[in-house]
Amino acid sequence: MTRNITISPITRLEGHGKIDIFLDDDGNVADAYLQVVELRGFEKFCEGRPVEELCRITPKICGVCPGAHHMASAKACDALYNVTIPPAARKLRELYLNAHIAHSHLLHFFALGAPDFIPGAAAPKAERNVLGLIDRVGIDIGREVLKNRGYAQKIQGIIAGHPIHPVAALPGGMAKPLDEAERAEIEAMARSLVDFAQTAVDLFEKDVLSVPQNAELIGGDTYYHETHYAGLVDDQGRVNFYDGRVRVVAPDGSETALFEPAEYESHIAERVVPWSYLKLPYLKKVGWQGMVDGAESGVYRVNSLARLNVAKGMATPRAQEAYERLFDHFGATTRADAKPVHHTLAFHWARLIECLYAAEETLSLARDPEITSPDVRTLPTDKPTSGVGVVEAPRGTLYHHYTTDARGMVESVNLIVATVQNNAGMNMSVKKAAQSLIKEGNLSDELLNRVEMAFRAYDPCLACATHSLPGGMPLDVVLHRRDEIVGRFSRGRNR
Amino acid sequence: MTDKIKIAKYWAASCGGCDVSLLDLEEKVLDLAKIADFVYWPVAMDFKWDDLVALPDGSVDIGLFNGSVRTSEQAEGARVLRAKCKVLCAFGSCACFGGIPGLANLSTREEILDTAYEKTSTTENPENVRPEPQSIQDGHTLTLPVFADTVQSLGQVVTVDCFLPGCPPPEERLLELVGAATAYAESGQVPPAGTVFASDKALCDTCPRNETRQAGRIEKVSRPHEIVADQSQCFLDQGIVCMGLATRGGCEATCINANMPCRGCFGPTPDMLDPGAEALSAIGSIAGAANENDVAATEMKKQIRAIRDPAGTFYRFTLAEAFLNRAVIDKPAKESP
Repeated sequence: MTRNITISPITRLEGHGKIDIFLDDDGNVADAYLQVVELRGFEKFCEGRPVEELCRITPKICGVCPGAHHMASAKACDALYNVTIPPAARKLRELYLNAHIAHSHLLHFFALGAPDFIPGAAAPKAERNVLGLIDRVGIDIGREVLKNRGYAQKIQGIIAGHPIHPVAALPGGMAKPLDEAERAEIEAMARSLVDFAQTAVDLFEKDVLSVPQNAELIGGDTYYHETHYAGLVDDQGRVNFYDGRVRVVAPDGSETALFEPAEYESHIAERVVPWSYLKLPYLKKVGWQGMVDGAESGVYRVNSLARLNVAKGMATPRAQEAYERLFDHFGATTRADAKPVHHTLAFHWARLIECLYAAEETLSLARDPEITSPDVRTLPTDKPTSGVGVVEAPRGTLYHHYTTDARGMVESVNLIVATVQNNAGMNMSVKKAAQSLIKEGNLSDELLNRVEMAFRAYDPCLACATHSLPGGMPLDVVLHRRDEIVGRFSRGRNR
Repeated sequence: MTDKIKIAKYWAASCGGCDVSLLDLEEKVLDLAKIADFVYWPVAMDFKWDDLVALPDGSVDIGLFNGSVRTSEQAEGARVLRAKCKVLCAFGSCACFGGIPGLANLSTREEILDTAYEKTSTTENPENVRPEPQSIQDGHTLTLPVFADTVQSLGQVVTVDCFLPGCPPPEERLLELVGAATAYAESGQVPPAGTVFASDKALCDTCPRNETRQAGRIEKVSRPHEIVADQSQCFLDQGIVCMGLATRGGCEATCINANMPCRGCFGPTPDMLDPGAEALSAIGSIAGAANENDVAATEMKKQIRAIRDPAGTFYRFTLAEAFLNRAVIDKPAKESP
């Protein structure tokens, strides 16, 4: 006899989905699925639009990471028109994307991720939220979170026209240069962001890792998967959000691939499954073995820890120190096989290190004398054909690929968003956590939350993932036994 | 001390930007918390759908609905919110007019599924699998909601009392909504039916580039990336299609200030039945050569034809519902567009 559990809605994530857990006769977990239940069809309705308008249409895929779509779209358009944008335009876009990542990472860690560690996974449900967190770490930290996330939003607004849905990037550059007053304002806000991001990294090392239960959770086997990883690296192999080549490493850390964004079709393929609106991307050259761990499995993961795993280091000094401490913690100084780190909950830690890097980059770019250059446009002269634009979105590598007719009217669009690439990884994580935590049909809110922690580490953005339906927010857990639904857990969301 | 009012917020087919816009109010959102209790706000609060359904009809003061309506679940959400709430507000362009997801109405359901699950270049699907309402995996039955045919605005599903347009709504308009809620909490004063938290005038009337507008003729239509637009001159005068002339003001001209033309997220002004037709006709009337006598009909047509995507340009946010709401449809047209 099997029982089914559906966690619905899953809370503290952006998007819309549900978790189905199937119990066997003994009440242990036979299987578990993370399903995404919506689709919007952007790839279809972008066809027929003038390609430059996609820079303004595709950000509407997601109100949480519109900035990443804006950048990937503009880069795909640059490639399509074969145009090199002026240095100042590139710097403005990089500054913008770094501020965007800082905003997203701060929001996710403090509002969504951190409550599982402070006050902690065992804390009562009523305290396991941002208010419970502030209760422990102090209201001053709470104020600083709000203030600095607000700064990161304002910086995006200054550069791209609006803090949520940006408009200024277009084929060939940026529509508006930055003036000196704006630059000075950004610099002041970026200084604050660097200080606060450092505080956040310190807080993780001191107040999260120092608690034995947390260190056990993060370093234990429940949240552990040996997979491939992928992410953009610069020409020195360091993390870069805006540009570079995609580096893929195997579970043992060896390089599986290093490819130019335009070559992505040779490296990534996507499977379609009947049980989810989300496809399952995998490494084409490794092959699909199902949703399983290992070097033979084409399953790969993206997002913060994946980027740190594929990189040789960080391009800024404070982030580099923090990066070294993360790998030291997992034994990289003594064991060669300690990198990549496969502990899924360490995505949270890596997110804060990236936030520090993003803040340092934002400040450095705000101080760049060239940033206020009025030369921010190159007018395209070539006939448009096809273009791929790739950036690192907060949640992982984001691919936009457009083809057009000779007039730049869109004929086809392919989008591979970050969360979709983590679809297999999230399903594996949810199943493993459910199997190790739910025994003999024993269930509690705390246990179910620990199952949810398995996907929350990926900061899944199901609004993005459903570019292909409209993103409602959270998700359901449904518990099934035989063909009966024996439990349904809805913790916020529409129903 | 006044009793707190009750607010419920529902999220339908939406990107989440509307909720982020509330978050971006930062401490100002607390003004709302002083006068109101949220009885339902799934993104932020821990109340269940069943709790909302269990409330007596009309017992919630204000309902805020963001997103367009595509699934039966979302339509039911709209009907429940309507029944429970005294005042129902369409929050954001998707709820007001269908928004960007409404562009999906240009395609059929099958075309959308074929593109997502078959035609996209990285998709490998030799057995032509599609997500199914019900499927069996290793003996376990899994279900998915059905992907509906058409995107609708909130007003196409239920009667809406007031509208807060914008993609997303700007801070200034959000604060007007907070102000209206405060007035309601203090005196029971309800905004007039059909209130739109925006200007009654076109964006053009308050555009920061208004003073430089020549209102002359467009000799050549250019796309935004084809020329470097002057940062102080009217976009139409520069030949760039701008929807400001057929779109409500109140957006604070954020796109214009970033040197990009309006795309119409605030929807039509009150005297327009159809913003797209209005904009097309207005641009048609100024397209062509400088001297009207020289305007050969073919030249005019050529310039209009240079706008290669009229549906996506003139109905970017309003395709699902070319009319603002049902009340407007019922009114006799002042003049045909």
